[in-house]
Amino acid sequence: MIEPLCRAAQGGAASSSPSGSREGGAAQPILRAERLTKIYRSGDVDVAALRAVDFSFCRGEIVVLLGPSGSGKSTFLNLVGGLDRASSGKAWFGNLDLTACSERKLTRFRRDHVGFVFQFYNLIPSLTASENVALVTDIAKDPMDPAEALARVGLNERLDHFPAQLSGGEQQRVAIARAIAKRPEIMLCDEPTGALDSRTGIVVLEALIRVNAELGTTIAIITHNAAIRQIADRVVTFRDGRIAEEATNTQRLPPHAVSW
Amino acid sequence: MSALDRKLRRDVCRLWVQITAISLVMACGVATIILALGAYRSLSETRSAFYDRYRFATAFAGLNRAPLSLREPILQIPGVRSVELRIVKPFIIDIEGMSEPGTGIAVSIPDTQPAVNRLYLRSGRWPDSGRAGEVAVLESFALAHGLQPGDRFSVLLNGKRQTLTLTAIVLSPEYVYAIGPGDMVPDPRRFAVIFMPRSAMAAVHDMEGAFNDIALRLQPGVLLNDVSMALDAILKPYGGTGTIDRSQQTSHAFLDNELMQLRAMAAVVPPIFLLLSAFLVNMVLTRLIALEREQIGLMKAVGYGSIAIGWHFTKLTLVIAVLGILIGFLFGNVLGRGMTRLYASFYSFPFLVFSDSMDLYAVAGAFSVSAALAGSVRAIVGVLRLTPAVAMLPPQPVGYRSFLGRGVTRHISQLNLMAIRHLLRWPLRAAMTAFGTSLAVGLLITALFTYDSVAFMIDTVFFRTERQDATVMLSEAAGPGALSSLRRLPGVMRAEPYRSTLVVLRRDHRARRLSITSIAVNADLFRPLDKKMNVTIIPPVGLLISERVAALLELKSGDMVEVELLDFGGRRVSVSVSAVIESYVGLAVFMSPEALDRLIGDGPRISGARLALDVAQLPQFYHAVKATPGIGAIALQRVSHAHFRETIENNIFIMTSVYVALAVIITFGVVYNTARIHLSERARELASLRVLGFSRSEASGVLLTEIIVLIAIAQPVGWLLGTGFAWSVVRGFESDLFRIPFVIERATYAKSSLIVVTVAAISALIVRRRVDRLDLVRVLKTRE
Ligand SMILES: Nc1ncnc2c1ncn2[C@@H]1O[C@H](COP(=O)(O)OP(=O)(O)O)[C@@H](O)[C@H]1O
Ligand SMILES: [Mg+2]
Repeated sequence: MIEPLCRAAQGGAASSSPSGSREGGAAQPILRAERLTKIYRSGDVDVAALRAVDFSFCRGEIVVLLGPSGSGKSTFLNLVGGLDRASSGKAWFGNLDLTACSERKLTRFRRDHVGFVFQFYNLIPSLTASENVALVTDIAKDPMDPAEALARVGLNERLDHFPAQLSGGEQQRVAIARAIAKRPEIMLCDEPTGALDSRTGIVVLEALIRVNAELGTTIAIITHNAAIRQIADRVVTFRDGRIAEEATNTQRLPPHAVSW
Repeated sequence: MSALDRKLRRDVCRLWVQITAISLVMACGVATIILALGAYRSLSETRSAFYDRYRFATAFAGLNRAPLSLREPILQIPGVRSVELRIVKPFIIDIEGMSEPGTGIAVSIPDTQPAVNRLYLRSGRWPDSGRAGEVAVLESFALAHGLQPGDRFSVLLNGKRQTLTLTAIVLSPEYVYAIGPGDMVPDPRRFAVIFMPRSAMAAVHDMEGAFNDIALRLQPGVLLNDVSMALDAILKPYGGTGTIDRSQQTSHAFLDNELMQLRAMAAVVPPIFLLLSAFLVNMVLTRLIALEREQIGLMKAVGYGSIAIGWHFTKLTLVIAVLGILIGFLFGNVLGRGMTRLYASFYSFPFLVFSDSMDLYAVAGAFSVSAALAGSVRAIVGVLRLTPAVAMLPPQPVGYRSFLGRGVTRHISQLNLMAIRHLLRWPLRAAMTAFGTSLAVGLLITALFTYDSVAFMIDTVFFRTERQDATVMLSEAAGPGALSSLRRLPGVMRAEPYRSTLVVLRRDHRARRLSITSIAVNADLFRPLDKKMNVTIIPPVGLLISERVAALLELKSGDMVEVELLDFGGRRVSVSVSAVIESYVGLAVFMSPEALDRLIGDGPRISGARLALDVAQLPQFYHAVKATPGIGAIALQRVSHAHFRETIENNIFIMTSVYVALAVIITFGVVYNTARIHLSERARELASLRVLGFSRSEASGVLLTEIIVLIAIAQPVGWLLGTGFAWSVVRGFESDLFRIPFVIERATYAKSSLIVVTVAAISALIVRRRVDRLDLVRVLKTRE
């Protein structure tokens, strides 16, 4: 049985979890994939977007996913985040078999456990910053106050602004606030800095790191920017729908220290 | 095919449901133009051609009896072109296969075509005055009884049984709409018009060398007023009851009324549909262009001119318009033909074909294309203005403003807030959607209220006012003794006499020609109702006048009005108005018998009686009536009410079906398109909601909330509109011939709303299925 080992996260809140090393006891993986495969059928051409990927996210760690465009990164996150269905293989969230879940259970799973951040923010333009966050806190089990979530990403002053009145970086931070407000176990970020300039990108990444440090949230970040790998605990590189490489950083750098 | 045209073709395929929905709304506009204008033209052109070729009289006059020698003096009146001196008398029909006695009008004819009111010979030959009993018969009656030239039937002329031979089946411009006494719709079975050689007619009625009716044609450009003074002066010694023009002639007045309604329909209904389709074109095109901003920018960047791109979108508009026009042509033609067929069953013309000339289609087409283009103008101007650099920039999130204070928004869920703010962001569009939907509600109320109105009319007229089973009219007014012979007819359980006399009511410069009818104080069979629908007590003196008469002459109770007694040499007396009553048929004016007899001053007289009959003895009663001399005409209220119901229900059913179809199309067109546009604008937001963990129904709930709000707003507005439409229909129908009551039951509002809400729900659910199938991943990956 393949049971990838998890390194203990270095983050604050999660440091209480049993510390481990490669040799020591394995940390409980929070989300794991087993031979996860996705084949897109368009007409009579089959595109294998993901080919039997095995991977585990551990509690409290930051994972950066790299790889050329079309290598299957987004497909992977969408599958483990319950946005899409695998063609074969399994994905588990704790004991919950995501690949066997009904549509309703997947919705429930997303609502309670996962935070998503996308390249294009996907804020609701008709709701203000705090209302966008409240959208999630209204349905979450143990949410934080919208103001608190916004404060964590440094936006305590712009609560009543509509998305159209915010800059790209600010919009993305609202999206992060919205994702963390329900205190998710894991955040899946698909190119969160893709549409931002480097300075704004750093602010956004710092917001994510803070969330990880203060709440112990597991964070997965897809990026095109190889330099960003340095902020991660682990770096996974996709190629042709497979994980081609996996590396562990001994030390994480803060985003502002990363040269872009 | 150019790349742009290929794009156009694919756009059309992709958007076909929306395009069809808009085209259908437009088709309703086109169809109603063709229907209303086409039917109007068919009817008015056919009528004027018939009138012209068959020399329909411009004026009529009735009198007691005058010598034929008056012809010369009448022709001498300046302005008179031709004149026909006739004998016109009612008679009783006794025809095989019909137990009820029918009523007919016999009109004398010369040996050849008369100078005025010529007859159209459908079949057979002109009756020969040399052979006894030959007559021409109006086609509707002949058809109803399957009579052919050569067939014989019997009638009671002046109380004498005559066996007549039908030699010709004819049509007359005077009897295009042939309606019998006491009937509310034509019943060709029980109403006949026969045309009899003058010698035979004179012999039966002791009218040798005399006449009692004039039909005349004036020279072109001559006004009746200039002629009627001289004519009335000539006829006065002979019991002339005054000259009337066409507008007071029954058949002509009914046709006029119909034409007026068609014109009103042509003016009101099509513009509504075209306005709505313009709105829909605008909405869909604006969205399409917003979606294709980048493509447009790219095309401009690679060198396509603004005009070429603008033309590309104009072509899409034209596709919608052309589709709408084609469907509209088809339905307009079908409906127009149907309408004309319906007319042909009421109005007898030598031929009545649907006049679908090319220009009609051209007009309808031009209006529709204009409406579509008007709807597209703003969107297309936007395309022309778009610079490539701007087009290629990612669109900013749509800016919203907070219309409501925080205190309010706190209490509204975020999802509902999304819905409300989105609606308020495009208030004009929201208003148009609600307006379009409310029009559908209004249209349904307009159609369905006729059931209420007619039911109410049937109740008030048939069950509360005219409760008699039959009304017999004596050939001549008689002393009270005549009543006892009517009472002795078999099956008569109750007989209430009445007297009726022709008058002109005059107040200042306003005047109306009508009949005053007497009603006994203790009358039970005929009981006029006051405006509160209570049975009126007949006042010992003074007139009871119907609301219509009160309005026409500007009279109210207590006023004095001048009564010119036409049957009595035009003597004028002043009478007070005692009360204003409710009446839906004709220009009703009533009086107590004593007061009327006093007014006329020739002692007690009766014109006829209203009868309550024993159903078990109907055959004997019918039989006896046919054998009783002195009965000039008979109205069978029970029979005509049943016939009225059947006819009107059939007509209303046809009309309602058409209106329901129109309302369904409007609702679907408006709601489906609005929902699709809302979905298109918000696919990304709804997908975001799904990603955030909202369920399918919560996500689509946002969209549905918007639609529900709009549909809800549309209901009261629609009720208001419908009430207004119904009111204008009531006003439009109002004429001296009849009125329809303005009654809308609550159930009608409810039914109208129910139909619209159901169609709206179906349209919205079709769109909801698309929300359920949203591909989250793909939607979120795209930029907009
Ligand atoms: N909806 C889809 N239909 C067909 N093929 C798809 C779809 N989504 C992604 N793919 C294909 O799957 C492969 C992996 O895509 P993706 O996971 O988006 O790559 P990445 O995020 O690494 O750029 C690509 O070849 C892409 O073309
Ligand atoms: Mg990707």
